[in-house]
Order: sequence, then structure tokens, then C-alpha cells
Amino acid sequence: MSEVAARPPAGAYELLAKGTSAEAADVTMLEVSMGPHHPSTHGVFRMDVVLDGETVTRLKPVFGYLHRNHEQIAEKTTYLASMPYTDRLDYFCSLTNNWAYALSVEKLAGLKVPERAEYIRVITAELTRLVNHTSLVGFLLQDMGALGTPLMYAFREREKILDLFEELTGARMMCNYMRFGGCRCDLPSGWMEGARAVVDRFGRFLDEYERFISENEIVLARTQGVGVLPAELAVNASVTGPMLRASGVNYDIRKVDRYGIYDRFEFRVPLGDHGDVYDRYMVRMLEMRESLKILDRALREIPGGPVMDAKAKVRGFRPKPGEAYGRIEGPKGELGFYLISDGSPNPYRYRVRPPSLINLTILEDMCLGQTVADAVVILGSVDIVLGEVDR
Amino acid sequence: METVEQIKARIEAAVPGAVVEVIANDSPANQPGLLLDRAHAPAVARFLRDDAELRLDYASNVTGVDWPETVEKVKTRKVVEGKEVEETEERRRPGYLEAVYHLYSMEKKHGPVILRVRTGNRTDDARLPSLTPVWRGCELQEREIYDLYGIVFEGHPDLRRLLMWEEFKDHPMRKDYVDPDDYEYEPTPHDEVLARAKASATKGGEG
Repeated sequence: MSEVAARPPAGAYELLAKGTSAEAADVTMLEVSMGPHHPSTHGVFRMDVVLDGETVTRLKPVFGYLHRNHEQIAEKTTYLASMPYTDRLDYFCSLTNNWAYALSVEKLAGLKVPERAEYIRVITAELTRLVNHTSLVGFLLQDMGALGTPLMYAFREREKILDLFEELTGARMMCNYMRFGGCRCDLPSGWMEGARAVVDRFGRFLDEYERFISENEIVLARTQGVGVLPAELAVNASVTGPMLRASGVNYDIRKVDRYGIYDRFEFRVPLGDHGDVYDRYMVRMLEMRESLKILDRALREIPGGPVMDAKAKVRGFRPKPGEAYGRIEGPKGELGFYLISDGSPNPYRYRVRPPSLINLTILEDMCLGQTVADAVVILGSVDIVLGEVDR
Repeated sequence: METVEQIKARIEAAVPGAVVEVIANDSPANQPGLLLDRAHAPAVARFLRDDAELRLDYASNVTGVDWPETVEKVKTRKVVEGKEVEETEERRRPGYLEAVYHLYSMEKKHGPVILRVRTGNRTDDARLPSLTPVWRGCELQEREIYDLYGIVFEGHPDLRRLLMWEEFKDHPMRKDYVDPDDYEYEPTPHDEVLARAKASATKGGEG
């Protein structure tokens, strides 16, 4: 495998170093600071872009506008008190964040999860994946200039799932639902029927959505061959999730780790051929169909029983000294939590492995040589949420 | 996958001079780590990535841990000249910073192998070799460790602060970090005016 290509040293992207005279400056290049308040940056994210005409010659992402040192706050409080805060990482997918954190703590403390809770976790996680991927496609289309309509179609469907979340957890987005050793509460009566109705109808929505997008001439022109990410670079740069699979690497943690009860479900892992923006869009569309298969089976097979492990301690929770790294296949990639316990009620070290941040490592490589308008679409296809990037 | 002991033996055979120590993990997760010496860490990382059996091509999670100096007082009972005397002994463990790498293999679908590398101390020798030339995925994460813990990664292509602003002085994730009273404090001309006013007030109305 090749080593990292030589790239400009730190600060070299600043065209005008302090004290550069007007004569010495390279006036054929234009440095543009895209963001932090720009509709296409999906939050407070900035890209320092150097343009030659309209072509991107250098690009440096700038982070930290939403940084609140989540990890330190978590280290100063108890294990359970961080659970609501994980909702705020990737605020589109609070339930998968909950699951990743609960899974890591369960690994650290050696807790068991009842079967019904495992099913509820799978159901809510796959619903979250539907929410994330539909919204992402809507936002991607928005970035390509289809203002409003595709996003509103996506949000219409998302709202139905958020209604389910609200009924189950009390909140549309900040769910705070999972606990170490299970889930906070059982499904309310009538919830299964509501979920069944949403899942049964979702396939038809996808058909309709795809008919509008997948063969749309403008979509094809703006996405095919744009922002190509080779498989070897994707693996070396720790890219995960749909981004990685669009580059043709078969790596889905649901299949690799088989965490929870994913070994009981049959689903395929969609892969891309070219690793361009179109493949990233298509992989997500196909992944939603696989999620529907999982949901269909989980809703049929969910057993009765408790949703919390009877031995799990909610108060006075102190894992034995040691450490654990737990990870799940979040909608955006590998979401992991690394915890070190020193036997006290709060973690000695609490670390979030943020897929959104790490998937941005190769943003520059994908954008070089593309036009600035394509850089917007490429960033959209990475699927970032700044709550998780900056933590 | 091989056990950590087997991996340790193979590293020591493949990289001459490398010192590897197995760090036990008492939690039910059973994820023991491998402590590497600083000088050979890049060579070991390259071996782990390219070895046909292991193929750890994917550096998933890279993070720092701060271990400040600890002083443990141990009481021991000794018999001196026929009398039993209680002695307190101070055991010092010097402080250090640690970088932890969780490695997986996307090709072989196994893992994690956990690498740990420690700095000499927490002040002037907080230096580690960067593993970004081996795995690009470490780039932003090592920048984050540099920013929040203050570990200087030698050989990193672009070592700048990631989340805090460039002018920020301290490293907020360290255990002994004290946050400022006012994050947004900036000296303004007004402060000088106030200082002069205070000085003149104490002098007794001269100026």
C-alpha cells in the first residue's frame, strides 16, 4: 500500500503569509472561506478553498465552531448522565448514538440485555437509519440546486418516523431512550401497528422518490464521476459507513461484529462500483430497502418479556476498573465509544469515535480538480452533522 | 485472530529491537493492549498493516489518555531490633500521556488490536512519532490529541489545533486543566484606562 502523498505543509494554504507585498502575491488564485454560516455546509463548518478560476486547487476544512468538549463533560459526570448528551452528538440519529454508548458500557461492565430490548434496539436503529438516509438524500438534492421540494418529501416521511419516536420516548429527536442493560420503557400499546404501517408504506415512498431522482438528467450530470474516492485510500483513511461501501469495500459492522442480534437477520450489503457521489446516493437508497427487510422481520418476530435486565443497576453504577471499546454501524459510519473505568461512578476516559469527523479526512482529496460547485455536492455526500464533528 | 501474546512474539521477531509489553485489561470486554516503545512504533505499525496474517489496514479509533503523576502511600510493618515498627513508603508513578490506537482489518474482518504508546513525561518530553504516514485515518484524530492533550506527533503532515482556536494556550482534556473564569476575556484599551484610574486613586488624586 502506498504511503501518504506529500501534501503542502501546515499553513501553506494561506496564499498571503503575513507581510507579503502586493507584488509578490499570486493574484491568479482566489482564496474563498466557505462557511461557517453557509447553507451548504450543513451547520457551522468552514472550508478554506483556493480556487483557480472555478477549479479547487486546495481545500482545508476548519472545525471547532460547535466544540463544547463533550468528552470532558462526560468525564466529570456519571455514566448514565452522559446518555442524554449522546443524543446531541449526531442529532439526526439519537437512538443509534444511545445504542453505541449503551453497548460500550455493557461491554465494560459485562451486562446482559433482554431479548425484547435487543429487538426494540434493532427496530429503533433501523428506523433511525431510514430517517438519516432520507434526510441526507433530500439535503444532497438541495445542495444540487433542487431547493425545497425533495427535502420536504424526505421530511414528510421522516416526520412519520419521528412521531413513532415521540410516542415511544417522549421526544422527536432527543430520545434518551436506551439504558445500560436494556431500554427505558416498553413499547406503548398500538405502537407496533403504527410502526408496521410506516414500514409497509415506506417502500412505496422510496419507489416514488427514486423515480424522481435516480435517472434525473441533472442529478446524473452533477454526481456521476464527481468526487471519486478510490477503495484503497478509503480504507487507509479510516472512512466508514455508506461512504466506504460506495467505494466498493464490503465492511458493515452489523455483519462483521454481529453485535446485538443482527446475526438473526438476513440482509445484503449494497456496494458501489465507482466511489463517486452517485454511488454514495445509490448505496444509501439500497441500504434503506435492506433496513425495511430487517424491520419487517423484527416487527414480526419481537418476543414479549422485560426490556431491562433485572440485575442492571441504575443508581450507584460503578463498573470495575478496566476499559472497553464498543462500536456499531451508525447511519454515518462506525460510531464507537472508548471508555476507561477506574472504579469510580464517572468514567476516567470517555471518547467518542465520530464517523462524521473522520470521513472528512479525505475531503480535500475528493475535491481537488473539481469545480467549487461540485465541492458543495461532495461535502453533501459525505453526510456530516456538526454536533458530532466538533463534539 | 492471533492472541496478543502471539502478536507480541511476531512483532519482536519481525522488528529488531522493538520492546512490546502486553497491558492487561480487567474488564469483561477482554481487550488487552500492546504497549510499544516510542522509537519503534512506526516500524511496528507498518509491520501490523502489511503482515499477510494480520493485515490491520484500518486504524479505527485514535485517542489520548492523560495519566498524571500518582503518589501511593503504602504502609509496611517491619521488625526492627525486636520491635514492630510501621513504615510508610511513598510509591511514585511518574505522569505521562498515552496515545491509544484501535486497529481492525477490513480485509480479514478481525480486530481490535490495541496499540498504546506513551510519552516520556507530561511537559517537555510529550512527544510521540506520528502514525499518520502509515494510516491516513489518524490525521485528524492525532491533530485532536495534539489540541486537547498536547502530545506533539513528530512526522505528522499538518499538526495544528483541530477544535480549539490557534491562540488558545492550554490543553483542555488534561486532568489538571483549570478552565478560565471568562473564556471570552480579551485585553481591551479600557483595561489600561481602569489601571491608570486605580493607580491615580491610590496616589491620592494627583493625576
